[in-house]
Amino acid sequence: MAKEHNKILLELKDAGVNRSNKWLVRNITLTVSEGEILTIIGPNGSGKSTTAKIALGILKPDVGSAILHTNKIAYVPQNLAIDWTLPLRVLDFMRLTNKITFQEIAAALDMTGVAPLINKNMRNLSGGEFQRVLLARAIATKPDLLILDEPVQGVDFTGEIALYNLINQVSSDLNCGTILISHDLHFVMSTTDNVICLNGHICCSGTPKTIIQSKEFIDLFGASAAQTLSPYEHDHDHSH
Amino acid sequence: MLFDDFFIRALIVGIGIAIIAGPFGCFVVWKRLSYFGETLSHSSLLGVVLGYIFSINISITVFMVSGIVAILLFLLNEKTELTSDSLLGLLSHSSLSIGLLVVGYLSYIRFDMMGLLFGDILAVTRLDMIIVWVCGGLFIFILYKIWKSLLAGTVNRDIASSENMSPRRSELIYMILLSGIIAISIKIIGILLITGLLIIPAAMARNISNNPLQMILISITVGVTSVVAGLYTSLTLNTASGPSILVIALVLFIISLTPLKRLIPGANK
Repeated sequence: MAKEHNKILLELKDAGVNRSNKWLVRNITLTVSEGEILTIIGPNGSGKSTTAKIALGILKPDVGSAILHTNKIAYVPQNLAIDWTLPLRVLDFMRLTNKITFQEIAAALDMTGVAPLINKNMRNLSGGEFQRVLLARAIATKPDLLILDEPVQGVDFTGEIALYNLINQVSSDLNCGTILISHDLHFVMSTTDNVICLNGHICCSGTPKTIIQSKEFIDLFGASAAQTLSPYEHDHDHSH
Repeated sequence: MLFDDFFIRALIVGIGIAIIAGPFGCFVVWKRLSYFGETLSHSSLLGVVLGYIFSINISITVFMVSGIVAILLFLLNEKTELTSDSLLGLLSHSSLSIGLLVVGYLSYIRFDMMGLLFGDILAVTRLDMIIVWVCGGLFIFILYKIWKSLLAGTVNRDIASSENMSPRRSELIYMILLSGIIAISIKIIGILLITGLLIIPAAMARNISNNPLQMILISITVGVTSVVAGLYTSLTLNTASGPSILVIALVLFIISLTPLKRLIPGANK
């Protein structure tokens, strides 16, 4: 996969956000290009979601800059609670910010494996189904830039792998840039192009291979994290 | 003339208000703005006083006063993330108290205080009919224009603003329109009870609806039914119109909680 000539979609330069004299994140420099998957990992409170919000333009950086070169963005937030007073079917939710056809909606729901739920109420979905609908909504619009904040939380193990594969496939089919915030080091190491380790600032960044060998990564996640990753590379060797 | 009959005028105004209150009331419920609505309507007493002092139709002065309050609350809300319950309570009751004090002080103007607080079908003029239907049509049209971004912002502001919508702007527009609705419904419903007409039909509709549009249509139906039945009650029993309307709405709400709702066509069972 040659990606050198791809258009840059998002650039953050030394971006920082300060709230009540505390830096939520600072010195964030990153770019996302077409077809690239950039994964952000880091402990709780390390500023992953804040970084996503800077990228989306929801938070204006207090220092540095954030430049978006596209306005076709889709976002899966980390927390989304739909008030029980609002009756919203999956179908209504899919059309929330766009004008896509019924066929496109059905196709996107089918990709994430929740096509039969189209007329169900959002309130009645399980956690995993809900995440699948969120992901379907985000990819249905065929965005240039996809920002996914913990998109597979609450999804069962096999579903998780399938959804990660789907994200990967969507990214190459649509040639869209993707920022993925994830706890799941396995997926991170196996399919993303670049990884950023965040802890209020960028601890280390690079390709997955270089990351797991870096001292900062081991300091942040512990030596066992780096070890758990190695067997995964052989996972596809055995069949059942 | 048909419109010479005060009751016909009240009916025409009341039905207009119920139609407008349907969609706006649903958003009050969805966005949890009932206390906000309460604050707006309580502050409108000052607008009423201004209307009397300058002999202008009170709908206009109330719209100005509660419109300003709506904008202030919106800005406050932006600053503090979430306007707290107690702050709204403070504003709501203190503005009502100030209004009542001023009314008491201006003893040379004759007020029908009960009518002002709880609605009075005798008070509706021809001008009110025009104001309700013209403004109401305009309000609904504007709401239709901002519908998508307002709804998206209600579900999740971050999604809406990152996906090319302007939820904050639509929210501000919505809040200003809400103060307009309060302004035109004071005469029929009364200052103390306006939020009831916004909330009760919407709450009833929630019990039996399955999507946002359906909820709006049901709450319009409930609102219109309550207004018509409530105004007849007010006429025959000589009760204040506001409470009469809301009691009917409440009865419909209670029915929607019971198995009787199966009788309603298209209901979400």
